[in-house]
Amino acid sequence: MAEQELNFSVSGKYAQYLNLWQKLGMILALSGTGIILITWGGVSLTNNAAWLTVVILSIFIGTVMFTYGTYAGKTAGIKNDGVYFRSHTARGAIGWAVGIVLTAFYVFLYWFPSYLGYQTGVNGTNEGLIALFDPLSYFFKGKPASQWFVYGSIYTLVIVSLGIKFIVKYRHNRYHIIRTISVMIAQLGLAYLVPEILAGMNYNDVSQGGEYLGWYDADLKNVWPLDYDFFYGWHLDAMQQKAYQPIGMIYLVWGILLFLIVTPIITYFVGKRWYCSWVCGCGGLAETAGDPYRHLSSKKLSAWKLERWLIHAVLVLVFLMTAVTLYGYFFNTGTFFGLEIYTYFQKPYGFVIGAIFSGIVGVGFYPLLGNRVWCRFGCPMAAYMGIIQRFKSRFRITTNGGQCISCGNCSTYCEQGIDVRAYAQKGQNIVRASCVGCGVCSAVCPRGVLKLENGPEEKRLGNEGPIVLGNDGFKIEK
Amino acid sequence: MSKVVIIGNGISGVTAARHIRKNSDKEILIISAETEHFYSRTALMYVFMGHMRYEDIKPYEDWFWEKNRIDLMFDYVSHVDTDNKMLEMKSGENVTYDALIIATGSKSNKFGWPGEDLNGVQGLYSYQDLQLLENNSRDTKRAVIVGGGLIGVEMAEMLATRKIDVTVLVREDVFWGNVLPKEEGEMISKHIRDDHHIDLRLNAELEEIIDNGNGRVKAVKTKDGEVIDCQLVGLTAGVSPNVEFLKTSKLEIDRGVVVNEFFETNIPDVYAIGDCAQFKETVNGRKNIEQVWYTGRIMGETVAQTICGNKMSYNPGPWFNSAKFFDIEYQTYGWVFNELKENQADYYWEHEKEKICLHLIWNKNTDEFIGINTFGIRLRHDLFDKWLKEKASIETVMTELRNANFDPEFYSHYEKDIVQGFNDSTGKEIRLKPQKWWRKLISA
Repeated sequence: MAEQELNFSVSGKYAQYLNLWQKLGMILALSGTGIILITWGGVSLTNNAAWLTVVILSIFIGTVMFTYGTYAGKTAGIKNDGVYFRSHTARGAIGWAVGIVLTAFYVFLYWFPSYLGYQTGVNGTNEGLIALFDPLSYFFKGKPASQWFVYGSIYTLVIVSLGIKFIVKYRHNRYHIIRTISVMIAQLGLAYLVPEILAGMNYNDVSQGGEYLGWYDADLKNVWPLDYDFFYGWHLDAMQQKAYQPIGMIYLVWGILLFLIVTPIITYFVGKRWYCSWVCGCGGLAETAGDPYRHLSSKKLSAWKLERWLIHAVLVLVFLMTAVTLYGYFFNTGTFFGLEIYTYFQKPYGFVIGAIFSGIVGVGFYPLLGNRVWCRFGCPMAAYMGIIQRFKSRFRITTNGGQCISCGNCSTYCEQGIDVRAYAQKGQNIVRASCVGCGVCSAVCPRGVLKLENGPEEKRLGNEGPIVLGNDGFKIEK
Repeated sequence: MSKVVIIGNGISGVTAARHIRKNSDKEILIISAETEHFYSRTALMYVFMGHMRYEDIKPYEDWFWEKNRIDLMFDYVSHVDTDNKMLEMKSGENVTYDALIIATGSKSNKFGWPGEDLNGVQGLYSYQDLQLLENNSRDTKRAVIVGGGLIGVEMAEMLATRKIDVTVLVREDVFWGNVLPKEEGEMISKHIRDDHHIDLRLNAELEEIIDNGNGRVKAVKTKDGEVIDCQLVGLTAGVSPNVEFLKTSKLEIDRGVVVNEFFETNIPDVYAIGDCAQFKETVNGRKNIEQVWYTGRIMGETVAQTICGNKMSYNPGPWFNSAKFFDIEYQTYGWVFNELKENQADYYWEHEKEKICLHLIWNKNTDEFIGINTFGIRLRHDLFDKWLKEKASIETVMTELRNANFDPEFYSHYEKDIVQGFNDSTGKEIRLKPQKWWRKLISA
């Protein structure tokens, strides 16, 4: 039985089927990754500019070659063969290894950047992995790299490289092609290039006359409450910094408008997908790098119950924490009823939610818990839009009458752990707070049952009666 | 409190149980010798291909049954004693009932081919067949599949994912030629042969299956005398009712359990639904044995009403169905047969390059729309259901074609091309209406 044959060895039974392009691509991409790991291990290279070029090109070209080997010569269509037989994608040894390496990376990134080489050299110069990215940072803004610059660069490289893989994998489905191009552009342009260029033009993150003027998040789409430190004093101050005008104030006004007005309006018309699977950075990584793990999300009812408690708890927490933060900002105090705002509000939120939840569990556990753990259980932005999507939106996934055969592909490949089949087999439409509108349920359905669409709120839920379309012995209750 | 016993935990039996529970407080027991819990039979192929695990193809979590007070028994019914309203189980236990629903599904057809019982020869219907296929395919280099239908193409796709060379013997001159019109059959045949490298033999019939001397298949011989070496033979030439165990009972059995439109057998309080039921008279122009997922569900929904005191006859709406041939999705609404019937006219459209097509049938005297086949284009079931019930004209369907499209957002649309071709070939002057919100159309 296939079930018992689940392979937990490093050399999965499908390894023999890797073709030449796949092998070459993998060697190339892993070499690039290997250089990153070597520098992470503390080795400082002498010609960082050259090595960084090698790293970026080998990862990008290697991924493209692997993609070519995997999908070229195959017909366009669903490519899920062997997903549950491979060690990498079925929580086997490779899956665990990837999970551990990713988790370790986040632990070092958040708490021990010195182990990545951050300011460990003479006079606080960078070494190792951080130094590897110094040339690129100098190119953009004339100063050495920080661990965040390294993280952003790798993050962007991964989304762009694996975005291409995703597009080729789903090349028969234009919805996936367009939304993936969108997340790639959003990451590369809005989240990476624009902020770095602004810094390079002295509109952000600069020192003048020996004084550091501060830094604000210049990613136009990174919206509070996902961007939980937007209302922190230092962040508000940086945006109002004279030297950064008018850009800083534009970001401040836009940030507030985006949360208050733009988000509810767009979410009303098209659902939260406009953000989660079209522009968001977390979503972008989940949809590209995380795609091989999407089936690992739990579909149990118990997981849904946990999800509702957790995600809404985070939403409440971020509101509380931000309210206290703003109180401190406007009343110019560091304490709230005797409690230090940083120690009792900002720091715990940043530590538990910002670092552990969104980073370590959110990405580090991709190969174990699926690719949307953070988006599903933790993201306050997703929670906020989810409430709008559930109760006041035109978005739904329409079920096509009585065509469902309960096969379960939709539920299995739902990264958000929605039991899509439970609705589809009853002829009901899927109206769920957590749906990020990735469209994969619709793509993997073998019978053409599911369609993401925006329409009138009336009859949005679809079939309300117990009888499914096709049975004329009953009146379908309207 | 009366006790309803259901033999078989497929879609028919389970739907009946769910709806009896919705409408009553009766004691419900489902007996199955196949699996402990209900699973989706249509998804077995995805387990073999590694898309899902067995647990993923169970539509309900295991706690569902107890929560809904539906008792499950994993045992085999060896005799039905209708005089004493009692079932004799293989385990030796006896189970009594007040009402009995037989929903035992099908078994794969065997037509008395020499060698059909050899090791390595099998059908694909049950969970046990899947386990068997896992074993049989292990050392298989080439497999021969006998029968070009929906299970045949599934099995070909399954085995191809294990890098097994597959030969398919099809009696007709195109794939699924007893159902599909020639144009669609040819397009699908090409897809299977050219795009997926399946060795598709049309107009080919099985003569015998040859023993390797140890009771395992080593080759098949076709009616043309050709011998094809293989280690596995898939028998996919249809299925027939699984009713062997009822032959010792007083129930009237023909090919299936004979029932009227209320699913009543010749014995009071005994009903049969799903694949194993055979209607004395056909209902709504359908076959008298229906082996489709959704008809099983409808029968379950309906018999539950009767059992709960609201006697109701089987009354399925307009015919529809769907399937997938490797990468190509298929949907059908209304009746499209492999050959035009009297007074029927048709229009076939196929994409220039891609394997996308559409076939419309209507009455050439009245212009009444009769049916549509579509490959690679998804269509709205509710809209076609409405049109078929209203006996809408072919003009209505063509004019509103854009509103009937159910493809994902941003897909290419071909309606303009289709209507253009339709006008050219029929001399009609259809003007395609712009897409408007489909719900308005339905409530109008």
